[in-house]
Amino acid sequence: MPAGIRDRVAILGMGCSKFGERWDCDADDLIIEAYEECLKDAGIETSQIEAAWFSTAIEEIHVGKSAVPLSVALRLPYIPVTRVENYCASGTEAFRGAVYAVASGAADIALAVGVEKLKDTGYGGLPQNMAGAVSNMTWANASAPGSFAQLATAYQKKHGVKPEDLKRAMAQVSVKSHANGAKNPKAHLQKEIDTDAVLNAPMIAEPLGLFDCCGVSDGSAAAIVTTPEIARKLGKKDLVTVKALQLAVSNGIESSGEGWDGSYFMTTRKAAERAYAEAGITNPREQVSMFECHDCFSITELVTAEDLYISKEGTAWKDFLDGFFDADGGVPAQIDGGLKCFGHPIGASGLRMLYEMYQQLLGRADKRQLADPKIGLTHNLGGFPHHNVSSIAIVGLEGA
Amino acid sequence: MAGITGFGGYVPRLRLQRKSVVEANGWFNPGLAGLAKGERSMCNWDEDSLTMAVEAGRDCIGEKGPADLRAIYLASTTLPFADRQNATVAATALDLGEDLKTVDLTSSQRAGTSGLIDVLEGMGERDGQVLFLAADHRQTAASGAQELQMGDGAAAMLLGQNNVIAEYLGSHQVSVDFVDHYRGQNRDFDYNWEERWIRDEGYFKIVPRGIDALFAKVDVAPSDVDVMIMPALIRGVPQKIAKGAGIPDTAVQDNLHAVMGEAGTAHALIMLSKALQNAKPGQVILVIGWGQGCDLMLFRTTDAVTSFKPALGGVESSLARGKAETNYNRYLAFNDLIDRDKGIRAETDAQTALSTLYRKREMVLGFKGGKCTKCGTVQYPKAHICVNPNCGAWHSQEDYRFSDVPCTVQSWTADGLTYSPDPPTHFGMVTFEGGGRLMADLTDVDKGGVEVGMPLRMVFRIKVEDERRGFKKYFWKAAPDHRKTA
Repeated sequence: MPAGIRDRVAILGMGCSKFGERWDCDADDLIIEAYEECLKDAGIETSQIEAAWFSTAIEEIHVGKSAVPLSVALRLPYIPVTRVENYCASGTEAFRGAVYAVASGAADIALAVGVEKLKDTGYGGLPQNMAGAVSNMTWANASAPGSFAQLATAYQKKHGVKPEDLKRAMAQVSVKSHANGAKNPKAHLQKEIDTDAVLNAPMIAEPLGLFDCCGVSDGSAAAIVTTPEIARKLGKKDLVTVKALQLAVSNGIESSGEGWDGSYFMTTRKAAERAYAEAGITNPREQVSMFECHDCFSITELVTAEDLYISKEGTAWKDFLDGFFDADGGVPAQIDGGLKCFGHPIGASGLRMLYEMYQQLLGRADKRQLADPKIGLTHNLGGFPHHNVSSIAIVGLEGA
Repeated sequence: MAGITGFGGYVPRLRLQRKSVVEANGWFNPGLAGLAKGERSMCNWDEDSLTMAVEAGRDCIGEKGPADLRAIYLASTTLPFADRQNATVAATALDLGEDLKTVDLTSSQRAGTSGLIDVLEGMGERDGQVLFLAADHRQTAASGAQELQMGDGAAAMLLGQNNVIAEYLGSHQVSVDFVDHYRGQNRDFDYNWEERWIRDEGYFKIVPRGIDALFAKVDVAPSDVDVMIMPALIRGVPQKIAKGAGIPDTAVQDNLHAVMGEAGTAHALIMLSKALQNAKPGQVILVIGWGQGCDLMLFRTTDAVTSFKPALGGVESSLARGKAETNYNRYLAFNDLIDRDKGIRAETDAQTALSTLYRKREMVLGFKGGKCTKCGTVQYPKAHICVNPNCGAWHSQEDYRFSDVPCTVQSWTADGLTYSPDPPTHFGMVTFEGGGRLMADLTDVDKGGVEVGMPLRMVFRIKVEDERRGFKKYFWKAAPDHRKTA
């Protein structure tokens, strides 16, 4: 096991745009909104940034290819800028690139920016033609909700959960996130909802109704990272450091091999095991103060709570119904409102989650502030349950 | 002796209720009232002449075509491609190999019977068997009588010289440019002339002449005919022709109008397939095909006729598992007879990279994955490195065809967001007996009709139609396995 990057890199500053249907904004407007806040928070000038990573997933509907759009938007001074795309983990990938650059010594200060301008397609939901020439000929005609909905049928079958019980637990996932999002001025959806509204919503892909699905929105988020030493030299006192960054990617076993039953994410389990080892966490249910997981759909969050080893397999549905993941529960989840309320501008989401962990750890989360959080975990899941990329980032107070 | 060595057929599951059509169109065409009884078969949105022909072919030859198969013929006037040999696509889907004679036959309702005669007449010069397919996905304008009279379907005949189940006794063809209907190049629909003229000047004059000529050539008499197959849309025509020729009226077969309508080029062969499924040894069968003249051919069943069983249950099974469709709008939509607002999601470009398709033709059209020769793991798609993490062998896989491997659904959903011509679209993780899995589209399922563990079988269907370029993408989908759920 390599030594990892625990506490070797600190977050110097972060920024996050208002998420939502930003009819007033192009991608570069959103980038500037997030970056301005980030730069101010970091207390540095653009000229001090030595390398940058730029994440965006469906570039054909907004900025186009390459890292040039970021460099142009921020007038970066001819530094190395890399564009990354790795499904919904793209934002966390940008963060990973910047953190690794600092950890390796290649850069003292590095920037990660993610953006996605989704609301210029003319329809709701994500565009779905991303398979490639060969897969386009064989892949099922699947939307994102359709792919993830199948977790529910498989989970019910495996754990003997009655459909109505699971549906209620899934409803609580969304009710909880909306309660959190209602307290977040940057969230797209800031209204509380009740269980009946979720249960009675129109069906999108069985058994996922409208309120089981996250929103689709525009947004951007950014992070500037450096070493703890430089951060202190720059005057930072309370440091939020990176404890672990892990990524696990499907290799075809789920989609064409044997053994996977469709009720969980093989990748998330692998990434979680490695991330906890890297961060020195042995009992996540006790040691993780809060998490932002990839709640693209209620069922995704539900099974992910198990894949992150916070709930025991087959019991997350009960934990949700018991309020364990509520703001005042054992391990608050989606305390900023999650994808559910922020929507999912793909390239930005991972960084948006980290933004909330960072704010919470520094005690700056206003009405959402949790009592004394020390460790925050973020998780992205991109692709489909049978064919995906799962990323986990753990951040915390220095020394925690 | 040349003859039929096997048979099969396929009629799509959906049966449009004629009453529903008449209720919708009666205001415009009151004359339809007399046609309101019964039902007609209609293709699902993902079916066409090619997919139906493949299904009929599978019914006929089973999982693997006979080793001595040398040719495949496909007869239809509604082939999806005007210039891309359709029979070759069918051959790939049926895994018939590439050293094969492939022929499309078209341009007449008689293409099915004429082609059959041609193959049987040439049989003596061949060293192997021939798979003969016929299919039609009838195209008719909305609110006409043809819409009610026609139906969709396909048939398959395996032809050879050994172990025949029906011996070919002889044939006669009459070629007359009698234009009861026609369809011009690049036209969607037929143009029809008056039925009474077709009956009196067409059927009643041309067919008897052919019957006389046929029986002059063979040593059986009209009175020996046990089964007479003659598709004709006009009521009473086959009966009157039989009577005039001295063919017993008990021989005249039901034209299936009540249960499926008339499937064009395929119809005589569908009726023949059905008759063979119910035949006894020693029966004389007369088949008459119609269109710019007529084809007549005679068969005599052998003792082997009762031992041949179509792999998927034959025409009888297809006919028995219909699903009543009472929504005429769905028929209009599936047949592109109405402009629908499909939404922007439907605008996704569906271009096919032809060079990619060529490289992957066995994977996509033939539905072949791989089997690891080191550990035996089967997998789709075939890959350079075995998917079994305990094996991981390189370059170890041989072709493994999944088309006929029984499967079940492990997880599924009904997706109302993605564009589908028939929402919600069903798909799910399909796992195959003996290993292998695929996130596959499901077809021929109804809302509420899917559950984890339900038995499925794979079928060759249209995946997406590239309307912009006039191309159809075909692939395999999972459908309820009627052999297990019936």
